[in-house]
Amino acid sequence: MTVRIGVVVFPGSNCDRDTVHALAQAGAEPVELWHEEASLQGVAAVILPGGFAYGDYLRAGVIARFSPVMRSLAEFADGGGLVLGICNGFQVLAEAGLVPGALLRNRSLRFLGREVSISAERLDTLFTHALTDAGPLRMPIAHGEGCYFADDATLDALEADGRVLFRYVDDAGERAAEDDRVANPNGSLRAIAGVMNAAGNVAGLMPHPERASEAILGSEDGAGIVRSLVESAAKAVGERRVTVGV
Amino acid sequence: MSTHRFAVNVTPKPGILDPQGRAVEGSLDHLGISGVSAVRVGRRVELTVDAADEPGALAIVERLAGELLANPLIEAYAIESIAGASSTSASPPTAAPATAGERHA
Repeated sequence: MTVRIGVVVFPGSNCDRDTVHALAQAGAEPVELWHEEASLQGVAAVILPGGFAYGDYLRAGVIARFSPVMRSLAEFADGGGLVLGICNGFQVLAEAGLVPGALLRNRSLRFLGREVSISAERLDTLFTHALTDAGPLRMPIAHGEGCYFADDATLDALEADGRVLFRYVDDAGERAAEDDRVANPNGSLRAIAGVMNAAGNVAGLMPHPERASEAILGSEDGAGIVRSLVESAAKAVGERRVTVGV
Repeated sequence: MSTHRFAVNVTPKPGILDPQGRAVEGSLDHLGISGVSAVRVGRRVELTVDAADEPGALAIVERLAGELLANPLIEAYAIESIAGASSTSASPPTAAPATAGERHA
Protein backbone atom coordinates (compact mmCIF):
# COMPACT_ATOMS: atom_id res chain seq x y z
CA MET A 1 0.00 0.00 0.00
CA THR A 2 1.24 3.43 -0.86
CA VAL A 3 2.10 5.47 2.16
CA ARG A 4 0.35 8.86 2.44
CA ILE A 5 2.55 11.80 3.37
CA GLY A 6 1.26 15.29 4.08
CA VAL A 7 2.74 18.51 2.72
CA VAL A 8 1.56 21.57 4.63
CA VAL A 9 0.64 24.55 2.49
CA PHE A 10 0.92 27.94 4.16
CA PRO A 11 0.16 31.22 2.41
CA GLY A 12 3.60 31.92 0.96
CA SER A 13 4.81 28.32 0.71
CA ASN A 14 6.57 27.98 -2.62
CA CYS A 15 8.21 24.55 -2.52
CA ASP A 16 5.04 22.63 -1.77
CA ARG A 17 4.61 21.45 -5.36
CA ASP A 18 8.27 20.46 -5.64
CA THR A 19 7.91 18.49 -2.43
CA VAL A 20 4.73 16.80 -3.67
CA HIS A 21 6.57 15.84 -6.84
CA ALA A 22 9.60 14.49 -4.99
CA LEU A 23 7.37 12.44 -2.67
CA ALA A 24 5.52 10.93 -5.63
CA GLN A 25 8.87 10.12 -7.27
CA ALA A 26 9.85 8.33 -4.06
CA GLY A 27 6.72 6.21 -4.23
CA ALA A 28 4.52 7.98 -1.69
CA GLU A 29 1.05 9.43 -2.09
CA PRO A 30 1.41 13.16 -1.31
CA VAL A 31 -1.47 14.86 0.49
CA GLU A 32 -1.58 18.65 0.57
CA LEU A 33 -2.64 19.97 3.97
CA TRP A 34 -4.02 23.51 4.00
CA HIS A 35 -2.73 25.40 7.04
CA GLU A 36 -6.20 26.48 8.20
CA GLU A 37 -7.42 22.90 8.46
CA ALA A 38 -6.54 21.19 11.71
CA SER A 39 -6.95 17.75 10.17
CA LEU A 40 -3.85 15.85 9.14
CA GLN A 41 -6.08 13.48 7.13
CA GLY A 42 -4.51 10.38 8.58
CA VAL A 43 -1.12 10.82 6.91
CA ALA A 44 1.86 8.80 8.12
CA ALA A 45 4.35 11.68 8.00
CA VAL A 46 4.33 15.42 7.36
CA ILE A 47 6.71 17.71 5.49
CA LEU A 48 6.74 21.45 6.14
CA PRO A 49 8.01 22.77 2.81
CA GLY A 50 10.11 25.77 1.90
CA GLY A 51 8.79 29.20 1.08
CA PHE A 52 7.95 32.39 2.88
CA ALA A 53 4.99 31.50 5.06
CA TYR A 54 3.07 34.67 5.90
CA GLY A 55 5.71 36.67 4.09
CA ASP A 56 8.24 35.90 6.83
CA TYR A 57 6.73 38.85 8.71
CA LEU A 58 8.03 39.49 12.23
CA ARG A 59 10.40 36.49 12.11
CA ALA A 60 10.61 33.73 9.56
CA GLY A 61 8.24 30.96 10.57
CA VAL A 62 6.70 32.56 13.63
CA ILE A 63 3.24 33.43 12.31
CA ALA A 64 2.90 30.04 10.65
CA ARG A 65 3.59 28.47 14.01
CA PHE A 66 0.15 29.55 15.22
CA SER A 67 -1.79 28.02 12.31
CA PRO A 68 -4.48 25.45 13.17
CA VAL A 69 -2.50 22.77 11.34
CA MET A 70 0.48 23.40 13.62
CA ARG A 71 -1.47 22.51 16.75
CA SER A 72 -2.35 19.15 15.20
CA LEU A 73 1.22 18.77 14.02
CA ALA A 74 2.60 19.31 17.54
CA GLU A 75 0.31 16.55 18.86
CA PHE A 76 1.27 14.32 15.93
CA ALA A 77 4.96 14.88 16.69
CA ASP A 78 4.45 14.26 20.41
CA GLY A 79 2.86 10.94 19.51
CA GLY A 80 5.95 9.91 17.55
CA GLY A 81 4.76 11.03 14.10
CA LEU A 82 7.46 11.77 11.54
CA VAL A 83 7.92 15.43 10.65
CA LEU A 84 10.51 16.98 8.34
CA GLY A 85 10.92 20.74 7.91
CA ILE A 86 12.76 22.01 4.86
CA CYS A 87 14.12 25.57 4.80
CA ASN A 88 11.14 27.72 5.85
CA GLY A 89 9.66 24.52 7.29
CA PHE A 90 12.77 24.20 9.49
CA GLN A 91 12.27 27.79 10.62
CA VAL A 92 8.64 27.03 11.51
CA LEU A 93 9.68 23.93 13.51
CA ALA A 94 12.34 25.94 15.36
CA GLU A 95 9.88 28.74 16.18
CA ALA A 96 7.40 26.12 17.41
CA GLY A 97 10.08 24.58 19.63
CA LEU A 98 9.71 21.20 17.90
CA VAL A 99 13.42 21.22 17.07
CA PRO A 100 16.10 23.02 19.09
CA GLY A 101 17.73 26.30 18.14
CA ALA A 102 16.88 29.28 15.98
CA LEU A 103 17.66 30.46 12.46
CA LEU A 104 19.22 33.92 12.42
CA ARG A 105 19.74 36.30 9.54
CA ASN A 106 22.54 35.12 7.24
CA ARG A 107 25.77 36.73 8.39
CA SER A 108 26.22 38.30 4.98
CA LEU A 109 22.72 39.84 5.36
CA ARG A 110 22.09 38.58 1.84
CA PHE A 111 19.47 36.19 0.59
CA LEU A 112 21.44 33.22 -0.74
CA GLY A 113 20.24 31.03 -3.56
CA ARG A 114 22.87 28.56 -4.73
CA GLU A 115 24.19 25.04 -4.37
CA VAL A 116 25.99 23.89 -1.25
CA SER A 117 27.56 20.68 -0.01
CA ILE A 118 26.40 19.01 3.16
CA SER A 119 27.25 15.75 4.82
CA ALA A 120 24.97 13.49 6.79
CA GLU A 121 26.34 13.09 10.31
CA ARG A 122 24.43 9.86 10.76
CA LEU A 123 23.07 7.25 8.38
CA ASP A 124 21.03 5.39 10.99
CA THR A 125 18.18 7.86 11.43
CA LEU A 126 14.61 7.92 10.13
CA PHE A 127 15.63 10.74 7.79
CA THR A 128 18.95 9.45 6.43
CA HIS A 129 18.96 5.65 6.42
CA ALA A 130 18.34 5.39 2.66
CA LEU A 131 21.42 7.49 1.82
CA THR A 132 24.17 5.31 0.40
CA ASP A 133 26.89 7.42 2.00
CA ALA A 134 27.36 10.51 4.12
CA GLY A 135 28.22 12.68 1.16
CA PRO A 136 29.13 15.37 0.32
CA LEU A 137 25.57 15.81 -0.89
CA ARG A 138 25.00 18.65 -3.34
CA MET A 139 21.73 20.54 -3.07
CA PRO A 140 20.46 24.11 -3.26
CA ILE A 141 19.83 26.60 -0.51
CA ALA A 142 17.48 29.56 -0.89
CA HIS A 143 17.13 31.58 2.27
CA GLY A 144 17.80 34.86 4.04
CA GLU A 145 17.63 33.47 7.58
CA GLY A 146 19.58 30.24 7.77
CA CYS A 147 22.32 30.90 10.29
CA TYR A 148 21.80 28.14 12.83
CA PHE A 149 22.07 29.32 16.41
CA ALA A 150 21.79 27.66 19.80
CA ASP A 151 23.70 28.37 23.00
CA ASP A 152 26.91 26.44 23.65
CA ALA A 153 25.32 24.07 26.15
CA THR A 154 22.61 23.16 23.64
CA LEU A 155 25.15 22.72 20.85
CA ASP A 156 27.28 20.46 23.06
CA ALA A 157 24.23 18.41 23.98
CA LEU A 158 23.13 18.11 20.34
CA GLU A 159 26.54 16.81 19.37
CA ALA A 160 26.80 14.47 22.36
CA ASP A 161 23.34 13.03 21.61
CA GLY A 162 23.97 12.67 17.88
CA ARG A 163 21.21 15.09 17.02
CA VAL A 164 23.18 17.10 14.48
CA LEU A 165 21.85 15.58 11.29
CA PHE A 166 23.64 17.57 8.57
CA ARG A 167 26.62 19.91 8.39
CA TYR A 168 27.92 22.19 5.66
CA VAL A 169 31.17 20.83 4.29
CA ASP A 170 33.90 22.19 2.02
CA ASP A 171 35.11 20.73 -1.27
CA ALA A 172 37.24 18.21 0.58
CA GLY A 173 34.20 17.01 2.49
CA GLU A 174 35.51 18.49 5.73
CA ARG A 175 33.26 20.36 8.14
CA ALA A 176 33.12 24.00 7.05
CA ALA A 177 34.54 26.70 9.31
CA GLU A 178 32.09 29.26 10.68
CA ASP A 179 33.82 32.03 8.74
CA ASP A 180 34.08 30.07 5.51
CA ARG A 181 31.43 31.98 3.61
CA VAL A 182 31.70 29.69 0.59
CA ALA A 183 31.19 26.34 2.29
CA ASN A 184 29.16 27.62 5.26
CA PRO A 185 27.18 30.25 3.40
CA ASN A 186 25.03 31.60 6.22
CA GLY A 187 27.58 31.33 9.05
CA SER A 188 25.79 28.59 10.98
CA LEU A 189 27.35 27.72 14.32
CA ARG A 190 29.41 24.54 14.09
CA ALA A 191 28.37 24.42 10.41
CA ILE A 192 25.02 22.92 11.37
CA ALA A 193 22.65 22.56 8.41
CA GLY A 194 20.09 20.25 10.01
CA VAL A 195 19.11 18.91 13.43
CA MET A 196 16.56 16.62 14.98
CA ASN A 197 14.59 16.49 18.22
CA ALA A 198 15.48 14.27 21.16
CA ALA A 199 13.08 11.51 20.15
CA GLY A 200 14.50 11.45 16.61
CA ASN A 201 11.13 11.78 14.88
CA VAL A 202 11.23 15.50 14.01
CA ALA A 203 14.00 16.99 11.87
CA GLY A 204 14.72 20.18 9.99
CA LEU A 205 17.32 21.31 7.49
CA MET A 206 17.94 24.49 5.52
CA PRO A 207 19.05 22.98 2.16
CA HIS A 208 16.42 21.64 -0.23
CA PRO A 209 16.63 17.85 -0.82
CA GLU A 210 13.39 17.96 -2.84
CA ARG A 211 15.02 20.31 -5.34
CA ALA A 212 17.89 17.85 -5.82
CA SER A 213 15.92 14.65 -6.14
CA GLU A 214 16.38 13.67 -9.78
CA ALA A 215 19.19 13.89 -12.30
CA ILE A 216 17.36 16.39 -14.52
CA LEU A 217 17.53 18.89 -11.63
CA GLY A 218 21.32 18.72 -11.64
CA SER A 219 21.62 16.57 -8.54
CA GLU A 220 19.80 13.62 -7.08
CA ASP A 221 21.72 13.70 -3.82
CA GLY A 222 18.58 14.78 -1.97
CA ALA A 223 16.50 11.84 -3.15
CA GLY A 224 17.91 9.61 -0.42
CA ILE A 225 16.59 11.96 2.25
CA VAL A 226 13.09 12.01 0.74
CA ARG A 227 13.23 8.23 0.29
CA SER A 228 14.36 7.76 3.90
CA LEU A 229 11.28 9.65 5.11
CA VAL A 230 8.94 7.71 2.83
CA GLU A 231 10.38 4.34 3.88
CA SER A 232 10.35 5.29 7.57
CA ALA A 233 6.73 6.40 7.28
CA ALA A 234 5.76 3.16 5.52
CA LYS A 235 7.50 1.16 8.20
CA ALA A 236 5.79 3.15 10.95
CA VAL A 237 2.39 2.47 9.38
CA GLY A 238 3.26 -1.20 9.20
CA GLU A 239 4.11 -1.19 12.87
CA ARG A 240 0.95 0.81 13.60
CA ARG A 241 2.81 3.08 15.92
CA VAL A 242 1.95 6.34 14.20
CA THR A 243 -0.80 8.39 15.74
CA VAL A 244 -3.30 8.86 12.98
CA GLY A 245 -4.18 12.52 12.59
CA VAL A 246 -7.80 13.35 13.28
CA MET B 1 -12.74 48.85 30.53
CA SER B 2 -9.85 51.11 29.82
CA THR B 3 -7.54 51.61 26.90
CA HIS B 4 -3.79 51.35 27.22
CA ARG B 5 -1.03 52.00 24.74
CA PHE B 6 2.23 50.09 24.97
CA ALA B 7 5.44 49.70 23.08
CA VAL B 8 7.36 46.43 23.08
CA ASN B 9 11.04 46.84 22.32
CA VAL B 10 12.61 43.65 21.05
CA THR B 11 16.40 43.42 20.83
CA PRO B 12 18.91 40.64 20.18
CA LYS B 13 20.09 39.18 23.47
CA PRO B 14 23.62 40.03 24.55
CA GLY B 15 26.08 37.76 22.81
CA ILE B 16 23.70 36.90 19.98
CA LEU B 17 25.16 37.66 16.61
CA ASP B 18 23.48 40.71 15.08
CA PRO B 19 24.50 41.02 11.42
CA GLN B 20 22.26 44.08 10.98
CA GLY B 21 23.96 45.89 13.83
CA ARG B 22 27.31 45.01 12.35
CA ALA B 23 26.26 46.32 8.94
CA VAL B 24 25.20 49.62 10.52
CA GLU B 25 28.55 49.84 12.28
CA GLY B 26 30.30 49.12 9.02
CA SER B 27 28.61 52.10 7.38
CA LEU B 28 29.73 54.63 9.97
CA ASP B 29 33.10 55.17 8.34
CA HIS B 30 31.36 56.33 5.19
CA LEU B 31 29.52 58.94 7.24
CA GLY B 32 32.74 60.14 8.81
CA ILE B 33 31.51 59.09 12.24
CA SER B 34 33.85 57.48 14.72
CA GLY B 35 33.55 56.32 18.32
CA VAL B 36 30.30 54.40 17.85
CA SER B 37 30.27 50.72 18.74
CA ALA B 38 28.06 47.87 19.95
CA VAL B 39 25.22 48.72 17.58
CA ARG B 40 22.28 46.36 18.07
CA VAL B 41 19.28 46.49 15.78
CA GLY B 42 15.93 45.48 17.19
CA ARG B 43 12.26 45.99 16.57
CA ARG B 44 9.67 48.19 18.24
CA VAL B 45 6.03 47.17 18.24
CA GLU B 46 3.39 49.65 19.42
CA LEU B 47 -0.07 48.46 20.29
CA THR B 48 -3.32 49.44 22.01
CA VAL B 49 -4.98 47.11 24.51
CA ASP B 50 -8.52 47.27 25.90
CA ALA B 51 -8.65 45.63 29.30
CA ALA B 52 -10.29 45.97 32.71
CA ASP B 53 -7.31 47.79 34.12
CA GLU B 54 -3.63 48.49 33.54
CA PRO B 55 -2.28 45.27 35.15
CA GLY B 56 -4.72 43.29 33.03
CA ALA B 57 -3.56 45.06 29.89
CA LEU B 58 0.05 44.53 30.83
CA ALA B 59 -0.52 40.80 31.34
CA ILE B 60 -1.87 40.56 27.80
CA VAL B 61 1.14 42.39 26.40
CA GLU B 62 3.51 40.20 28.43
CA ARG B 63 2.00 37.08 26.89
CA LEU B 64 2.04 38.55 23.41
CA ALA B 65 5.65 39.64 23.76
CA GLY B 66 6.89 36.33 25.18
CA GLU B 67 5.03 34.05 22.79
CA LEU B 68 4.99 35.96 19.54
CA LEU B 69 6.86 39.26 19.31
CA ALA B 70 10.14 37.94 20.72
CA ASN B 71 11.82 34.56 20.40
CA PRO B 72 13.16 34.04 23.94
CA LEU B 73 16.04 31.94 22.62
CA ILE B 74 17.59 34.88 20.83
CA GLU B 75 15.73 38.04 21.80
CA ALA B 76 14.98 40.07 24.91
CA TYR B 77 12.06 42.43 25.22
CA ALA B 78 11.07 45.38 27.33
CA ILE B 79 7.54 46.68 27.63
CA GLU B 80 6.86 50.36 28.15
CA SER B 81 3.65 52.24 28.61
CA ILE B 82 3.53 55.08 26.13
CA ALA B 83 2.98 58.12 28.31
CA GLY B 84 -0.16 60.13 27.67
CA ALA B 85 -1.61 57.60 25.31
CA SER B 86 -3.67 55.72 27.89
CA SER B 87 -7.25 56.62 28.62
CA THR B 88 -9.79 55.28 31.06
CA SER B 89 -13.48 55.38 30.43
CA ALA B 90 -14.33 55.72 34.11
CA SER B 91 -12.08 58.64 34.91
CA PRO B 92 -10.24 61.34 33.02
CA PRO B 93 -6.79 60.43 31.75
CA THR B 94 -4.00 60.74 34.24
CA ALA B 95 -0.32 60.84 33.57
CA ALA B 96 0.77 57.30 32.86
CA PRO B 97 3.89 56.06 34.59
CA ALA B 98 6.99 56.26 32.47
CA THR B 99 7.44 52.54 32.63
CA ALA B 100 4.51 50.27 33.25
CA GLY B 101 6.58 47.14 33.36
CA GLU B 102 9.85 45.85 32.18
CA ARG B 103 11.03 42.34 31.86
CA HIS B 104 13.79 40.71 29.98
CA ALA B 105 13.04 37.30 28.56
